[in-house]
Formats: sequence, C-alpha cells, structure tokens
Amino acid sequence: MSDLLRVENLGISFGGLRAVNQVGFSVKPGEILSVIGPNGAGKTTLFNMISGIYMPGDGRVVLNGDDVTGMRPDLLARRGLSRTFQNLQIFQNMTVLDNAIAGYHLTESGSLLADLFRLPGARARVRAAREGAMALLARVGLDRAAETEAGSLSYGKLKRLEIARALALDPKVLLLDEPAAGCNAVETEEIDQMIAEVARSGVAILLVEHDMKMVMRISSHIVVLDHGEKIAEGDPATVSRDPQVISAYLGTEAAEAADA
Amino acid sequence: MPELLQFLFSGLTVGAVYALVALGFTIIYNASDVVNFAQGEFVMLGGMITVFAHAAGLPLLLAAGIAIAATAVIGVALNKLAIEPARGAPVVSLIIITIGASIFLRGVASLVFDKQIHRFPAFSGDAPFRIGGATILPQSLWVIAGGVAVFIALWLFFTRTLTGKAVLATSNNRLAAQLVGINTNWVMTLSFALSAAIGALAGVLATPITNTSYDVGIALALKGFAAAMLGGMGNPKGALVGGILLGILEALTAGYLSSQYKDAAAFIVILLVLFIMPQGLFGARQTERV
Repeated sequence: MSDLLRVENLGISFGGLRAVNQVGFSVKPGEILSVIGPNGAGKTTLFNMISGIYMPGDGRVVLNGDDVTGMRPDLLARRGLSRTFQNLQIFQNMTVLDNAIAGYHLTESGSLLADLFRLPGARARVRAAREGAMALLARVGLDRAAETEAGSLSYGKLKRLEIARALALDPKVLLLDEPAAGCNAVETEEIDQMIAEVARSGVAILLVEHDMKMVMRISSHIVVLDHGEKIAEGDPATVSRDPQVISAYLGTEAAEAADA
Repeated sequence: MPELLQFLFSGLTVGAVYALVALGFTIIYNASDVVNFAQGEFVMLGGMITVFAHAAGLPLLLAAGIAIAATAVIGVALNKLAIEPARGAPVVSLIIITIGASIFLRGVASLVFDKQIHRFPAFSGDAPFRIGGATILPQSLWVIAGGVAVFIALWLFFTRTLTGKAVLATSNNRLAAQLVGINTNWVMTLSFALSAAIGALAGVLATPITNTSYDVGIALALKGFAAAMLGGMGNPKGALVGGILLGILEALTAGYLSSQYKDAAAFIVILLVLFIMPQGLFGARQTERV
C-alpha cells in the first residue's frame, strides 16, 4: 500500500539552534509509527511542522500524495490530518459534548445560510454531529460527563477528550503527542487499546510517547530522534537493541555495557 | 402613575437601542475577546447612509438595506485592514486599534457626509399610541421589536448552529479551533460583518427618534458597552437585559432627578459593575486552569 504520510528531509532552526535536521520517514494506512527520543530531541517540533503550526525551514511533508508543507492547520484538518497536543488544546469553557461536536465542524462545510435558516439539511447535520459525538464520548468513556464543563475534568480525562475530538474529524492520519502522559496504568492501557483499534480501522498513526512499554507494545515502526537528528529506525525489537539508541537514552557507558 | 409609565416607555425605547449596540459587541467579543469600540460608528453609518441614500431619491426600505450592507462591508474592511494584520497582538492593542478606527470612521463620515443633524421619516408615521395615560411612538415599537428579533436570532445562532459554535470555539481556543478545521480568519470576517450589520440596523431603527449625525457613535458605543458589561460581556441575553435596564435607569434618572444626570447613569453602572460583579448579570465566570 502507498504511503499516507511521507516526511522528507524536514528541518527547522530557531535562531542559531538546529532543532530538527534532515528527518524523513513514512507511514502507511493502519501503521503506528512512534517517534521517541530524550527530552529536547525535537519530537514536538517535528509534530508542529507536520501539522502546520510551524513553517518547516526545509524539506517536504506529503499527505496522500500531495505536498502540504507549511499548510494551515485548518486546511490540513480538512485533508484528513488531525492531532492532539502534549499540553492539551481544549475548549475549556465549553461542555465536553460541545468539544467533541466541534470536531464535526468539517462535515458541516455546508452553507452558513442553510445553517442560519435552520434548513432541514443543516438540522440533520447538527443532529448527526451530536449523535456521532456522543458515540465517540462513549468510546473514550466520557459519555456520562457529556454535559460538564470541559475545564473541570481531570487531566487524564481531558487527554481522552482531545483524542475523541481528533477522531471526530474522521482523520486519515492521526498525530498523538504523549497521549498517555499523566495517566495511570489502567488509563494508559485503555488509551493503548483505543490507538490500536483506530489503527486497525486504517488510520495512519504517528505517536510521540515516553511510556516505553506502551511504545514497544503497539508500534509497528519506531523512529529515534536525538538532538534533532534521526539516529535509528526500525521495528521495536531492532530499535531497542540499537547501541546508539541505548547511549542516547542512558549514556555511552550503558551502551558499551550492553554491547559487551 | 402615567408619569412613571411614560418614563418606562422612553427607557424601553432607548434601552432597545443600547441593547442592539450591546448585541453588536457580543459577536466580535465572542469571536476574539476584543471589545470593538467602533461599534458606535457602525450605528452612525447605518443612520447616515440611510439618510443620504433616501435623500438621493431611493425608497426608505432600499436605502436602509443599502446602509446595512455597506456598513457590513466596512466592518469586514476594518477586520481585514486593521485587525487581521495585527493578529497575535495582545487584546488590549486590538481594542486600541478599534478606538483608532472609530476616530477614523467619524472623521471620514464628517467629510463624506456633513456635520449637520439628520433624520428620516418614521416607518409607520408619528401618531403616538396612548396606553394608560402615557404615549409611545410607533417607531419605538420598531426599535424594541428589532432588539428582540436580533436577540432571538443571535441566541439561536450561538446555541443551535455549528457556525455559531465555530465562533465560540474560535474565541475559546483559536489553535484548537484551527485543529478541528475551523477557518478562524473566516470566522473573524463573519463576526465583523454581522456586528456591523446589527449596528447599522440599530442606526436605521433609531434615527427617526434620536436623529443622527457624524458624531453620535462615541456616546452610543459607551452606552452599549455599559449595557454589555452590566448584562455580562459575550452573552446575548445579557446584552438585551443590560441594554433595557440601562435605558430605563437613564429615563428614570432624567425624569426624577435631572436630565443633566442622565448620561452619568451609564458611567455609574460601569463603575459599579466593575467593582461589585465584573462578570455582569449573565456573564460566564472566568476560569483559567494553570
């Protein structure tokens, strides 16, 4: 199958600092590609370039065969690229349900006039969005909190709400930035299963995660970044034995010990 | 008693105008957290353009329609030329830009039109209705009906339509709005167009009663702002209730104290609201999670 998302030689500098340099990889439908690396390795910067938050300094992002480098986030969303954030981007003052419904805004690219005059089509779309949002909330276990204000939810629940909203866009490519951060073991496992299930439905998933057990369990492919450069790539077993990876994470001595 | 009733009627009329101005504030505030102090200029433009289009021989209804459409275009231009280029600037800077825009629009209006006081005929004549010993002008009923109609339309817009929710989402978290595919630039354009059109409608409805000239905007913007603060910034219900309360308060002050103190009522309201309940009657309490 052809690549859904391909990243070619992507790079960016902030002032004199080369935050990401010449990073490339590709993801196919149904694959889970994890990007790992020590703090400051450039993982979130990479995500921000792919999702249109930062304009890449060089390189290309190809989505479904089209060059989308530096495209605005709302246009990328319309093309099927959806993401979550490490530090959450939630509509705090809206209800949980309205947060999820916002994800359906796309399916309502219809006319404002139809919307204003409440034509049957517009009304049906609102109803469909509402039903779809409720179903997604049930899937992430938040259906009972539907009418509460999002700002009052716990961090773990907000994480799941953000994933539900991202799924509401019916994405082809889903970028998840530390979905399990701040979650307990049970919640992590639930998120884990949810991600695997979404991938099985044919979505290409790009994951940044610090929970190595989770990464090893669900990734089909791993890319390792250190100081903005790709230092290793491969399936979980290969990557976990790579001396360069071990040295990046644990220091050179550990790598030599593992080598011996 | 007829005296009190008379004060209430005139308060209701003026209050409906304030409510319309406050409703105009609501949309732009909801989309961007910006209080648009050029809102009063939209009201002025609605009245003035109608006056001159009508004087040029167009039927009143057509002149009013043109005024509303032209003001909406000016609103969009304000966003495209002054607000959008400053995107990313703090809200306070954007508010100062709107103050500048209001001075600019006033100046242009004094050149393009003139500095005279104008009016055009009331829609349904000037014969007042008598109710319980007091009188009310037919035009007052138009103003009140306009305020209520715009309120209902906005309330439905924000609570029942996905586009309305997109506007709220944009104000709540612009980045998250973009992530779900909302074109936030378009939302801003739409907000300015709607706000300007509502402002112009207020001008069209009120001019037969209050008259208009190039400089009526400042006072209206401040009164509308006081009304919106009293009701709770961003809430259409608050704008309507705040506007009418303020109008009645003014009418009672003018009637029982002195008409010289009429304008002070609005400013005392602003001060009291800011001291005692900054969120207003119906405003959302601000909760910011750290």
